[in-house]
Amino acid sequence: MLLIPCPWCGPREEVEMACGGEAGPPRPADPRALDDAAWAARLWGRTNRKGPQIETWWHQAGCGRWFLLARDTRDDRVLASWPIGVAPPEGLDLGGSGR
Amino acid sequence: MRQPLRLATGGRLDRARPITFGFDGRRLDGFAGDTLASALLAHGIRLVGRSFKRHRPRGILSAGPEEPNALLRIERGPGRVEPNARATMVELVPGLSASTQNAWPSVRRDFGALADRLAAFLPAGFYYKTFFRPQGAWERLFEPAIRRMAGLGRAPDAPDPDRYLHRHAHCDLLVVGGGPVGLWAARLAARAGARVMLVDERAAPGGGLADAGTLAPRIAGGPAAVWLDRLLQALDAIDGLTRLARTTCLALHPSGHALLLERVADHRLEPDPRLPRERLWKIRPRAVLLATGRIERPLVFPDNDRPGILLAQAARAHLARQAVLPGRELVVAAHDDSAYAAALELAHAGARLLAIVDPRREPGPLAARAAEAGLPVLAGWAVIGSEGRPGLAAARLAPLDAAGRPRARAERTVACDGLLVAGGFTPSVQLWSQAGGALAWDEEAAAFLPTSGPSWLAIAGAAAGAATLAEGLGQADAAVRRLLGALGLPAPGEALPAVEEAAPAPASPPWALEAIWRADPKASFVDFQNDVTVADLELAVREGYAAIEHGKRWTTAGMATDQGKTSATTALALSAAFSGRPIAALAPTTMRPPWTPASFGAIAGVHRGDLFRPIRRTPLHAWAEARGARFEDVGSWKRPTAFPRRGESLEAAVERECRAVRTGVGLADASTLGAIDVQGKDAATFLERIWTIEVRGLPIGRCRYGLVLKDDGTVLDDGVVCRLGPNRFLLSTTTGGAARLHAWLERWAQTEWPELEVWITPVAEGRAVIAVQGPKSRLLLCRAASGVDLSPEAFPHMTWRAGRIGTVPVRILRVSFTGELGYELHVPASRALEVVETLERLGPDLEPTAYGLEAAHTLRLEKGYILVGHETDGTITPRDLGLERLLRAEGDFLGRRSLELPEHRRPDRPRLVGLVPVDPHALPAVGGQLVESEGPGTVPLGHVTSAARSPTLGRTIALGLLRGDLARPGRRLLVWAADRPSVEVAVGAPCFLDREGTRLRG
Repeated sequence: MLLIPCPWCGPREEVEMACGGEAGPPRPADPRALDDAAWAARLWGRTNRKGPQIETWWHQAGCGRWFLLARDTRDDRVLASWPIGVAPPEGLDLGGSGR
Repeated sequence: MRQPLRLATGGRLDRARPITFGFDGRRLDGFAGDTLASALLAHGIRLVGRSFKRHRPRGILSAGPEEPNALLRIERGPGRVEPNARATMVELVPGLSASTQNAWPSVRRDFGALADRLAAFLPAGFYYKTFFRPQGAWERLFEPAIRRMAGLGRAPDAPDPDRYLHRHAHCDLLVVGGGPVGLWAARLAARAGARVMLVDERAAPGGGLADAGTLAPRIAGGPAAVWLDRLLQALDAIDGLTRLARTTCLALHPSGHALLLERVADHRLEPDPRLPRERLWKIRPRAVLLATGRIERPLVFPDNDRPGILLAQAARAHLARQAVLPGRELVVAAHDDSAYAAALELAHAGARLLAIVDPRREPGPLAARAAEAGLPVLAGWAVIGSEGRPGLAAARLAPLDAAGRPRARAERTVACDGLLVAGGFTPSVQLWSQAGGALAWDEEAAAFLPTSGPSWLAIAGAAAGAATLAEGLGQADAAVRRLLGALGLPAPGEALPAVEEAAPAPASPPWALEAIWRADPKASFVDFQNDVTVADLELAVREGYAAIEHGKRWTTAGMATDQGKTSATTALALSAAFSGRPIAALAPTTMRPPWTPASFGAIAGVHRGDLFRPIRRTPLHAWAEARGARFEDVGSWKRPTAFPRRGESLEAAVERECRAVRTGVGLADASTLGAIDVQGKDAATFLERIWTIEVRGLPIGRCRYGLVLKDDGTVLDDGVVCRLGPNRFLLSTTTGGAARLHAWLERWAQTEWPELEVWITPVAEGRAVIAVQGPKSRLLLCRAASGVDLSPEAFPHMTWRAGRIGTVPVRILRVSFTGELGYELHVPASRALEVVETLERLGPDLEPTAYGLEAAHTLRLEKGYILVGHETDGTITPRDLGLERLLRAEGDFLGRRSLELPEHRRPDRPRLVGLVPVDPHALPAVGGQLVESEGPGTVPLGHVTSAARSPTLGRTIALGLLRGDLARPGRRLLVWAADRPSVEVAVGAPCFLDREGTRLRG
């Protein structure tokens, strides 16, 4: 059971939350500009990084806001969380092993 | 009844409170403070079960949670049955009845013992061979036989009548383990001002120190018992320290979450009905210190599993706690110094020590002390076998040559009734590993010791590999200071007590004397509970299962309810030897919770019966009940299936309801449908990105049916969009999709398009929806509604109007799920009953008929309307359903791009079709496979998604998804489903009634 820090409500138990998965690039404004391979990669491809990863989480049973969270997939350590549309906290180290 | 092995004095029993208990139909006596195991031992009862596979006689091995053999069925009263309970952990209470398991007709004369004779045919993994040849034998012969053989206990067959509760708590420091190291750490932390929780598995704290009798080390210049006592008194006087006894830490998660199981009631001599049986604690500690101790290892030699062979420390514990001797004539196999302490204490208590064999050339100082006390120590000797049936009658001993091989000619057989084995210790690092702590092999300790772990976690004492108590206390001291320092709580200066003890010599590990178990590897047991021998481990490596995780699963070593507590390290070391690798190159198999078995009751807590799941009822529930509804569960909702009248079958009711809607007027409760209000200056833009239909140009007052797709092009939900105002819309969705669609909208609005100004509010709560459907629905509404023009010109299909029914404001949507002229009335929930009763009252001549889910589904099926979750399954696209008309021409929406992928243009994609059974009474099974013919080699071409008996058409009908390139109208196919005759169907259009929709638009 992870402890997830909601940027508005503070640390809450994982059961109050839903995970939206890896935070990908923004949805292209004109999907038709992408060819089939590029669109499929965008739709289903994920980096699936072994190390710090940025994800979206939803405080479903609380304030109902979505936010961004950095979690190290190797040991489930939560590194930081911040609202969408805002820069990640200063000093957040997303280094560590790649794929 | 005489208890031949109970000493007249000593132990921590309450001899003033004798307890009578049942064992295999006999009545025996014990005392308050006994465990079932100690009471049986006191009576000289050694045979307590038959092993899992080979039905070998087995006896009590240990004195704690690691017990692999003494698993008994405990009955404490009606419905209070616990199979596979460890006798060493069951505290004796009046009315307790225990029976042996896995033996028939009795544990003494067990037919299953035949399995031991057939041992050659039942090595590890034998059942894998039965999967292959001869073909057919698996299903008819092997599977039923193996299923009967498998399992130890019998599951209870009555519901558990006890109460179980959950509790949440926070603390600064959780200390797991109430031995001297844990107690010391808890007091230090509490004095620093930390809120401390201290939990211990046993009834009384003190750990291994409390089990040490005359040989306990002197601490702080006095007896250990005095030091322990003072420490406990000091602890119990501290506010802010919670001490839980009989509490097991089941799990410690990497996030720091801890699960504790507190046994509250089973040990009480007088039951207290106010108490739950067990409490499950969910703890959020800021830091954790593990002082979980260590578990002794049994030795590996031929016939090392005979009843009467116990772990040396277990014998010590039974003596100290319950004044019980394991036997009168004892042999001790001391591969570790601690066995000498056991031997000295037992001799002091009156047992006769016949021999203490020690294969080590350099034992520690306790060996000399034992020799001084006149005990027969045989240095350089080892146990090479045992004799006696069913229990131990003699031990075979032999001296070892320089290479560690027994010298056969000098072998001696010593008649004895107890053999104590001491193979060294395995530190209990399971919780450390569960939490993400690392382990590394330590050659000198012959064990995996903790290395580095999460910053909030520390481990100290024997669990961390400390060889002496002083070392353990030092570790605990340092650990507490580090953990509390990180929390900003400086610990006070406190001197560690002086401990008078000698450092023990290293143990000779159980696997070291190869020549001994080589003599008979098939009878040298490693995992007692699953009957895994040395031969099995060797076979695993030979068969190619050299990787530890493979070997474990193939042999089942470490997979029983004891989870390898007494066997895992030995099994790993032997696997390493057989595969020619150093132990240090291997890692133990992944350690997972729970530490020991937990009852389902404890995990469920109060969430059983009515509290298992929340039940949701609509504002019209009372109305439905009063009309005789039969309810079913749809998600958490109670929904009416149908409204059978007195003496009417369900099927007849559904028929009557369908007919009423098609010819008269029906009333249904549609309140569970989702409703979402979407407002804002960008509401239309937002909705067009999500819905496949035209929204921006939708006039106020109009409704439009559309689809919501996932970005991969598959249908997520369907529903109706109504425009309420220039920047305001109402979305309706399926019951099942309501929460999902709301989550979907929020996700896109917040994560992808936060720049759009749009507010999304679910509004289904607080509102009821009454469906009024049928050719006479307008008539009925005209009588009831005011302030609205219901004429077909003013109120066409797929529009909405506001009005009143009586004094109740109502939004009327002209929408239909049944294919008839129909309306949905949206009213405030508190006025729903009033409205529906008004309708019934004003139209008795029209016979407004309540109809339920079955009728509604049949009616929509006749029209070929899809039901998301039936005609769709997460892989189906609008084109598959023939709903291309719902994809607007211009602009992007979620899923549009994916529909152009080659996959979605394949001719063999599923296509929604109608299926008309050739026999008008045959009902195809939903989920049945569409095939050309039966028999082997048949390929499924599709499946049935919905089916019903249609009263309107007087025949059965179905919808299905069929490969588009094979969906020729008129084609004959079979619907195949297991265990029933196939139904022949003809493929046709997916609509059976009023294809033009004239009844809708009437």
